Amino acid sequence: MMGFLTLKVWSPYLAGAGIGVLSWFTFLLSNKPIGCSTAFTRTSGMIEQTLTGRSVADQPYYQKFPAKIDWEWMFVLGIVIGSLVSALISGEFQLRLIPSLWMAQFGLAFFPRFITALVGGIVLGIGARWAGGCTSGHGISGTMQLAISSWLAVILFFIGGVFTARLIYYGFGG
Amino acid sequence: MLKKLHSQNKAQLVLGLLAGIVFGFLLQKGGAAKYDVIMGQLLLKDFTVIKIMLSAIVVGMIGIYMMKGMGMVELHPKPGSIGMTIIGGLIFGIGFALLGYCPGTISAAVGQGNLDALLGGLIGILIGSGIFAHLYPGLEKLLKKGWFGDITLPEYLKVNVWIVIIPLCLIIIVFFYLLESVGL
Repeated sequence: MMGFLTLKVWSPYLAGAGIGVLSWFTFLLSNKPIGCSTAFTRTSGMIEQTLTGRSVADQPYYQKFPAKIDWEWMFVLGIVIGSLVSALISGEFQLRLIPSLWMAQFGLAFFPRFITALVGGIVLGIGARWAGGCTSGHGISGTMQLAISSWLAVILFFIGGVFTARLIYYGFGG
Repeated sequence: MLKKLHSQNKAQLVLGLLAGIVFGFLLQKGGAAKYDVIMGQLLLKDFTVIKIMLSAIVVGMIGIYMMKGMGMVELHPKPGSIGMTIIGGLIFGIGFALLGYCPGTISAAVGQGNLDALLGGLIGILIGSGIFAHLYPGLEKLLKKGWFGDITLPEYLKVNVWIVIIPLCLIIIVFFYLLESVGL
C-alpha cells in the first residue's frame, strides 16, 4: 500500500476515478460540489480589506461571495497540502522556476515566464468568475451533474485554450 | 440527507480541508499539477488532463445520480447564459493557455514546488478575481444576456436521467478506447 502511495505517477484513469469518488463524499457529507475559483475571490476581498483598511462588504460581488474563509477556501488550502504530501513521499518535490516545456521553447530567463504566468493568471481569474466557475467547478463538478452551463463552459475553456496554446507555441502560421 | 452535519460550520471547514488534501494528492499523482502536462493537453499532444476529467465525470455522475435517486444528496448545477458562459469561457481559455495551470491545478503546482505558479500565476489569479469583483456591477446586464439558468441536460431533453447518463458513459469509454488505440 505504501509502495502504491509513493509511486511518482498514477494512471490518469485511476486519479480521475478517485476524484469522482471524492465528489460523492463532498456531496454527501458537505452538500458541496468540488470547486476552486471562489476561494480566490474571497482571498482578493480579504487582501483588498487589508490594503485599504476598508470593508469590501458593500461591494455587490463580495455580497455574493463574502471575503471570509469557507469550505471551498479550506478545500483550496488542502490542495496545496495534498499535492505537497504526494510530491514529498514520491521524491517529486522540487523548487522549479520554469517548467521544462517552456524552457525548451523560450529559454532559461525567468522574467518572460513570470510575466506570462502573471498576465495569464489575471485573465484566468477574470474568466473564471465571468463564467461562474473553473475547470473544477464547471469542468468536473458541473459536467458530472449534467449542467448545460458547465458542458458549454468546458468546451469554450478548451476552444480558447487550444487556440491560444497554438498561438504561443507555434505562432500564427502553426 | 445529513442536514445536521451540513450545518456544522467548524466540521465543514475540516471536511473541506480533508477533501482538498485528497484532491491535491490525486491531481499531483495524476500528473495534472504539471505545466508540461496541461500545455501538452492544450497542444493536443498529451491527453492526461482530459482522461482525468472524463474519468471523474463518469464515476462521479453515476454515484451522485444514484444517491440523488435515493434522496441522499441534492444537486447544485450552476446557472449560465450566453453572455456569461460563452464570453467567460473564452476568456478563461486564453488565460488557461497563457498560465498553463487552472485555479485547482495551480494550487497543486504550488504544493509540488513550481515557483512560476506561486510567484506569477497565483498572484495573477488573485488580481484577476479582484478586478472582476470591481467590474461586476457594470457587467451584470451582459452576464444576464441569453440567460438559460441552471438547467441540466435531462431536464432540457425532458427524459429520465439514465437515458442521458448511460449513453454518455458509453461514449466516453469508446473515446478512451480510441485514444489508447492511437497511442495518446
